[in-house]
Amino acid sequence: MGMIGLVILVFFIATALLAPIFVSSDGLDATKATGEPLQPPSLEFPFGTDDLGRSVLTLTIWGSRVSLLVGFMATLLSILIGAVIGIAAGYFGGWRENLLMRVTDWFLVIPFLPLAIVLASLLGRSLFNIILVIGVTSWPGTARLVRAQTLSVKTRPYVERARALGAGTWHAITRHILPNVFPLIFANTILVVAVAILSETTLSFLGLGDPLRVSWGSILEFAFSAGAGGAGAWWWLVPPGVAIVLVVLAFTMCGYALDEVLNPRLRRR
Amino acid sequence: MTIPAIDPAVPVLDARGLHVSFAGRTGMFAGLFGRAEASARAVDGVDLQVRRGEVLAIAGESGCGKTTLARTLMGLERPRAGTILFEDKPMPRDLRAYRRKVQMIFQDPTGALNPRQTIYESVAEGLRIHRVPGNEKERVAAALSQAGLRPPERFFLLYPHEISGGQRQRVVIAGALVLNPEVIIADEPVSMLDASVRGEILKLLLGLRDELGLTIVVVTHDLGMAWMIADRVAVMYLGRIVELGPAEEVLTKPRHPYTKALLDVVPEAGGLDRPVLTGEPPDPTRIPAGCRFHPRCPEVASGRAEAAGFLGRCTGEDPALRVLAADHTAACHLAE
Amino acid sequence: MSVLSVRDLNVSYTTQAGDVPAVRGVNLDVARGEVLGLAGESGCGKSTVAHAVLRLLPVGARAEGEVLLDGEDVLAMKPGRLRAVRWTEAAIVFQGAMHALNPVRRVGDQVAEAMTIHRQASEREAFRRAQQLVEQVGLPARRARDYPHELSGGQRQRIMIAMALACNPNLIIADEPTTALDVMVQAQVLSLLSGLQQEFGLAMIFITHDLSVLVEACDRIAVMYAGRIVEEGPSDLLFGSPAHPYTKALAAAFPQIGDERFRRAPSGLPGDPPDPAAVPRGCPFHPRCPEAIAACAREDPSLLKLTVDGRRRAACIRVDRLGAPEMVP
Repeated sequence: MGMIGLVILVFFIATALLAPIFVSSDGLDATKATGEPLQPPSLEFPFGTDDLGRSVLTLTIWGSRVSLLVGFMATLLSILIGAVIGIAAGYFGGWRENLLMRVTDWFLVIPFLPLAIVLASLLGRSLFNIILVIGVTSWPGTARLVRAQTLSVKTRPYVERARALGAGTWHAITRHILPNVFPLIFANTILVVAVAILSETTLSFLGLGDPLRVSWGSILEFAFSAGAGGAGAWWWLVPPGVAIVLVVLAFTMCGYALDEVLNPRLRRR
Repeated sequence: MTIPAIDPAVPVLDARGLHVSFAGRTGMFAGLFGRAEASARAVDGVDLQVRRGEVLAIAGESGCGKTTLARTLMGLERPRAGTILFEDKPMPRDLRAYRRKVQMIFQDPTGALNPRQTIYESVAEGLRIHRVPGNEKERVAAALSQAGLRPPERFFLLYPHEISGGQRQRVVIAGALVLNPEVIIADEPVSMLDASVRGEILKLLLGLRDELGLTIVVVTHDLGMAWMIADRVAVMYLGRIVELGPAEEVLTKPRHPYTKALLDVVPEAGGLDRPVLTGEPPDPTRIPAGCRFHPRCPEVASGRAEAAGFLGRCTGEDPALRVLAADHTAACHLAE
Repeated sequence: MSVLSVRDLNVSYTTQAGDVPAVRGVNLDVARGEVLGLAGESGCGKSTVAHAVLRLLPVGARAEGEVLLDGEDVLAMKPGRLRAVRWTEAAIVFQGAMHALNPVRRVGDQVAEAMTIHRQASEREAFRRAQQLVEQVGLPARRARDYPHELSGGQRQRIMIAMALACNPNLIIADEPTTALDVMVQAQVLSLLSGLQQEFGLAMIFITHDLSVLVEACDRIAVMYAGRIVEEGPSDLLFGSPAHPYTKALAAAFPQIGDERFRRAPSGLPGDPPDPAAVPRGCPFHPRCPEAIAACAREDPSLLKLTVDGRRRAACIRVDRLGAPEMVP
């Protein structure tokens, strides 16, 4: 199952990266649109056109760049914060742990959407804000997971042996805790990316994203606001929707496969 | 590196008035309403001198505080009160230098090795932490050899799960030896090993004392093991040392009722007709008043203490370690 | 009359690497009221033998041979009969009592469970009998209402024993019942087992690696190594003058306190107990044996009689060649 997921992911990432080579960005420029508005799929426009005559295929391909980029960046932010706080809380314990965990709990309950709306109105609509919002609201999950794993690893005898040998905090964390926590973080990362991409889609769809950038969510936003559903222009809605589903599914499949890869090692031991 | 002159009369480790407690866990609500769990007095006033070059066994049941005492001597626990002197100087706050002199071997050899590190890395870890100059590879090979793993090169790239339990313990010992310590504290070093393998590890420990002059402190619940390798035995009960003396004395002519009871239950041919203490090893959060052993003491239970007129003292007064014979002390009112 | 008679038991586990023989040709007899000790270290197969008696082997294990429980072959029983026989004729006190109890049910209920499964009593009656059993194992009857976490290790082990007695079996198999316990609690549990065994005339198999415990608690001992029995005989004789080199090494690991010979002279065996998947050729013990000779690498000895009546036997060619050691009948 993991292999299928991986193949799908590679396909999408490759498409996103290689987009400028194969598809000119002119296709996004409304003033240079060559097609008739709202045309159903044809040989010239395999996914049809939008209401401005742009090829939906071009839109989808270029949209993938933003969607994937935001997804990855937001995840990176989330994992970094979550891992650092989780390891610190788990390793140090005491008041530090309490403090960090209470902060984590606080962030855990911050509602995703209202925060996004507030930030958008305060700082304007931009990709950076989206990344920020997603990162800020998703790191607590990682933090709690990492803290639990850290607590478990911390009590293992070889960590105490390192202390007995004279190791300081840095050595214990980097040499022993981190390598044993990392597989969990990695598996968690895969799943967080999927959620991040979905979140970006949601935010763009609600009109909180960068109005100048095309992402899958924004395509859907345009489509809905232009009444694509009512006009029967299914070709405008389906490609980005299917793309989102496929990518999220692919990440989830990889996540499951990683689980299987990690567990046998534990079993063998 | 100059080796300072060592005065053999000075004990290598000297613990005075050691008290180590663990705070009870207070749930959130319990704390709010002022109900805190009593703290566990794991080590409740211990004076112990470890002599250079000796093998000292600290024996007792679980909960007696022997492991806590060992870990405190290692610096892994901080005492609530009391001091520890190493070679007549107080234990430094910065323990890194101390850790080069006093090293530890653990009960679970499998757990004590990071499964993702090779044997080489596990043994070299100490050298890297302390940034010891010189040829790392030679030192690692020498330590593995000393621990009985020969040829050492064969083990460099192996992982812990690829070697046996006895070999893993040797790796842990090598990891301790590589720093050239003066004292090794061994916490139940063979209890998790197969019975037929234990003798080899014990032989190794004795050999290290004989050849390298190491001082070895062994924590164990197995008095038979103490008989096999220890010079002196300290018996602990509920955080106190209740008897201390040469192994021949303590294990064959015990003075404290608890030691007698422990020796009585060591299995041997001849069946099961022997006095067994009732009850469980007691709770360090609820230490009895007076002599802490009196609720389970056969002398009290059988009435002998009362007949000898000691009952009042047993229930009211906590006995200190008193010298009863040459180098043999016990904490019992009746034994005097 | 033998309560249990094991004939040529062979158990192998199917693994990715092929068939691993855990038990290779074991013969045992336990008479009514007799206590047999089964000694050995990790990987020797003693636990497997115990589980085979009630056919509690995991999926992927194959058992061959005969296991006659009161005359009936357990290995050939139909599932219905097997279920009826389990616990009512033979019961196991499992290793690691801490984990064998369901943490969310009262211990009394768990003791009573066996009785209600076998429809020996109604739930109410079963609980009352469970309380009686709890008392018989040395705990106050009211403790039957406790949950496992409210009991100490020794107390939980007593509950396990009460559970084993629930359906009045003829045979109790105790698998490392005292291994995780303190010496004092261990002595208490041993006393208890011995008392119960005598009171009810039970047959018992006592499994542990601690030879000194077996000497105290058992009438006869069988020592296992690499899936085979390598020595068996009356416990005091076996411990006092072991014939097989492995038994000698095992006995040396449990010294007599006060005996000068053990003072500062620990001895152990090099190497480790063999992996059941890679048992050495010839005598499986020869790589570690201090008395091995050239022939040991070729011949795999079976149990040879050391006394005329066959009560003492050892699987070692050296013993045979030297003639039987001095035996006290």
